[in-house]
Amino acid sequence: MAIVLQFVVGLVFGFGLLLSGMSDPAKVLNFLDLGGIASGNWDPSLAFVMAGAVAVTFVGFRFVLQRSRPLFAERFHLPTKRELDLRIVAGPAIFGVGWGLAGFCPGPALTALGFGSRAAFIFVAAMLTGMWLARFLSRLPSLSRVATQVDPLET
Amino acid sequence: MTMTSFTPVASAIGGALIGVSAVMLMALTGRIAGVSGIAARLLPPYEDDQFAGRLAFVAGLVAAPVLTLAATGRLPAQTIEAGTVVLVVAGLLVGFGSVWGNGCTSGHGVCGLSRLSVRALVATVTFMATGFATVFIARHWS
Repeated sequence: MAIVLQFVVGLVFGFGLLLSGMSDPAKVLNFLDLGGIASGNWDPSLAFVMAGAVAVTFVGFRFVLQRSRPLFAERFHLPTKRELDLRIVAGPAIFGVGWGLAGFCPGPALTALGFGSRAAFIFVAAMLTGMWLARFLSRLPSLSRVATQVDPLET
Repeated sequence: MTMTSFTPVASAIGGALIGVSAVMLMALTGRIAGVSGIAARLLPPYEDDQFAGRLAFVAGLVAAPVLTLAATGRLPAQTIEAGTVVLVVAGLLVGFGSVWGNGCTSGHGVCGLSRLSVRALVATVTFMATGFATVFIARHWS
């Protein structure tokens, strides 16, 4: 039952990406193109995606977290890390460059697989390789001394 | 460069659906709907017993356009202009950076910001800034 519901949760997320336009790299890149404001090519739609999503989660999380536990787990697994280290800037900086190059972030890239395009498969294969590499490197003892890392994935 | 039209209503409703999905995942499994974290944990090493649920979530993401095509007979607009080399480089950077920074647009940008996390705010401002800078250089630096 939990598995079926998690499929539905992914499906709703995917429909959200499709309806919002996040699944279209051209739209993402036109949003990221601040230089296009002057020429009229800027597409600010994706700011509305973020606003719509955060409005729902801001209220929804508060409602859900008032419960003693989730439906299919013993407890809520919320990120506990607070300190600002180099990785919380370096990681997103690298991610943003890749996002700006192709117009794909992880969710839309996975949804793009369902379009069946060769480009989406190439991007996702490279993305999974990058993810594996980051997890591998963050487990090396020499690096874990530099960064205080327990679980490299808080989200 | 492909022109796209401003779609505030569809984008806000689509965004709200993403939010509904994140709230559902929290209510069901007690976890943050961060796609980079979910996708990265489909690869070894496995630290918990959540593999099947994560695979089901990703299967749902992939199924969305398939079901849309089946129901309406057409796919939403999608234009991928990047060539193979750019796709590979971008994919590596997105994958590496999102895991190195513990989250992407969904985990930090949506879930983290709504939880008023300072780390998520720093991450979101940073990837927006480098995303803006990258597109600026690619399109206007000549």
